[in-house]
Amino acid sequence: MKPLDPLRKALRRDRVFDFMMPQVVFSPDLDVSHGPILYLEDVTVSFDGFKALNNLSLYIDDGELRCIIGPNGAGKTTMMDVITGKTRPDSGSVFFGQKIDLLRLSETDIAQGGIGRKFQRPTVFESHTVYENLELSLAADKGVWPTLFASLNQAQKDRIDEILEVIALTEQRHHLAGTLSHGQKQWLEIGMLLAQSPRVLLVDEPVAGMTAQETERTAELLTSLAGKHSVVVVEHDMEFVRSIARKVTVLHEGSVLAEGSMDEVQNDPRVIEVYLGE
Amino acid sequence: MLLGRFYHSDRGGAILLAGLFLLAIVVPVLNLVVPESSPFHLSTYTVTLIGKYLCYALLALALDLIWGYCGILSLGHGAFFALGGYAMGMYLMRQIGDRGVYGNPELPDFMVFLNWQELPWYWLGFDMFWFAMLMVVLVPGLLAFVFGWFSFRSRVTGVYLAIITQALTFALMLAFFRNEMGFGGNNGMTDFKDILGFDLQADSTRVALFLASVVALAVSYVACRFIINSKLGRVIVAIRDAESRTRFVGYQVERFKLWLFVFSAVLAGIAGALYVPQVGIINPSEFAPLNSIELVIWVAVGGRGMLYGAVLGALLVNYAKTYFTAAFPDLWLFALGALFVLVTIFLPKGLVGLWKKRGKEPEP
Ligand SMILES: Nc1ncnc2c1ncn2[C@@H]1O[C@H](COP(=O)(O)OP(=O)(O)OP(=O)(O)O)[C@@H](O)[C@H]1O
Ligand SMILES: [Mg+2]
Repeated sequence: MKPLDPLRKALRRDRVFDFMMPQVVFSPDLDVSHGPILYLEDVTVSFDGFKALNNLSLYIDDGELRCIIGPNGAGKTTMMDVITGKTRPDSGSVFFGQKIDLLRLSETDIAQGGIGRKFQRPTVFESHTVYENLELSLAADKGVWPTLFASLNQAQKDRIDEILEVIALTEQRHHLAGTLSHGQKQWLEIGMLLAQSPRVLLVDEPVAGMTAQETERTAELLTSLAGKHSVVVVEHDMEFVRSIARKVTVLHEGSVLAEGSMDEVQNDPRVIEVYLGE
Repeated sequence: MLLGRFYHSDRGGAILLAGLFLLAIVVPVLNLVVPESSPFHLSTYTVTLIGKYLCYALLALALDLIWGYCGILSLGHGAFFALGGYAMGMYLMRQIGDRGVYGNPELPDFMVFLNWQELPWYWLGFDMFWFAMLMVVLVPGLLAFVFGWFSFRSRVTGVYLAIITQALTFALMLAFFRNEMGFGGNNGMTDFKDILGFDLQADSTRVALFLASVVALAVSYVACRFIINSKLGRVIVAIRDAESRTRFVGYQVERFKLWLFVFSAVLAGIAGALYVPQVGIINPSEFAPLNSIELVIWVAVGGRGMLYGAVLGALLVNYAKTYFTAAFPDLWLFALGALFVLVTIFLPKGLVGLWKKRGKEPEP
């Protein structure tokens, strides 16, 4: 290290001094020694008195693929909002690994810290091309000045090509994202998620609006991701859930109703009641 | 060749730059070389008028950068323009020295008139050109930084942001109207004598100021184009289209907005600084909310979200304004309003939208 380096580092224009920012610990340092990577404990969220989440406790293990089902309004999306910092709960705690308190971090920090999210309604950058959508999502220094002078290196280009291949949008790479079909947008959003190389992927209703064939591919993709990543999938399509699920959690009225394998939960009388009682 | 690539990727911009280059050659020649008796002679009045339009064009460019590309509608950008203008005005005031009506070597006339004994602290240093130029950049930049810091952090957007920017410029106007502020009250500053030792009334000085405006506009255009073509530019557009998504991708939206807002304010300040020596006066009416609204109309007419569109809009609307206010002075505001309505309804992409069919060039 040259003697001037520390000084240069300290004077970098985009530098944000640590005392100004909550400490963000990136995924390699994540402490998952006790198994779970995400801890939600007694989380309650209310909207004008209505409890969308009611003392919800949920643990997601490192590398697991978890499916979350539940009737409309059960609080599935709200749960993801809480994890990603979009909604702050009234009470409860949410930890990423054992040390990182997600309730104290901003959406951006959480995203950079390794939790990626696909929204229920696909949201891509419509006036950018497919390629640019992936470029923007790619894990990189996302400060203002580095972004101004950023250019893609070969490894990053290869990574984008690879993702394009995976989400089957290689041919549409230079199309505007706004012109894609609904299913393709879903995939692009999954691709954007992959590009961020997150530790945890939260995927809200990934196969809504997809053809049977597309659904099948999505199932393959998500299963292949588990292990290296933790994947949390919310889905209404039971066929799909059955095809990928190892462990299923049923949410109802803001808390966990049942948890177990697909067969176990499907035979659980309380679950049957909730689904049939509608 | 670099120029060729530029032409390929940004045809409108290449035409604009070529046009500016042409202006920079033709206008000085027609004014300084062609004798006054010739029908081709260009009066100094016209040179200055074009210079003024170019300053407006730079201001429009600054607004388009944040409004067209990032969706931040500022209805107070005139404030940054005026602040840059005031910084320049203060320098020009100090250059007058003892040639003022009261002959005070230190104090500008209006201070003598107010019976002030010494220069207020915030006037110190403005006798030095470099310091004044620094302030041209720093004052608007700093105000934009503080203002943007608070508004973007509290996630004020859309109409609310537009309203508070409007309030900002209105408040500044009221403040600058006050004599006690020490900026010349409602008369502002005028009767400038020279700049860097050159007589402001001389044709050559006027031409030099005109050329400075051409260069400032061209350089700013290239800088803005660089920003828009960079990854940062794509983040900016992403923020405009899906702000929340951009956050979840990992960008600190507030910082990007703040950076762009400050940059835009600095451009506006530079435009104001070039404007003042050419028109020879700066007063609080430059802060008038109406000015900032007119500015939005220039950009909308030319074509929002296309940098050269903003430039074109500013030039055309101001040319029309010069014509109208001379021919039918009472009708101008109505014409402007009608223009805005017509453009919004029939040409949502502005005039450049007429011949630009596709929104985006494919990547090479
Ligand atoms: N911002 C909000 N303001 C008020 N109520 C809300 C808000 N967001 C969600 N809710 C309510 O909270 C409840 C849970 O919503 P949530 O979107 O989490 O359900 P969900 O399980 O994702 O349902 P779906 O399967 O339909 O997507 C719903 O009754 C919804 O109306
Ligand atoms: Mg939902």
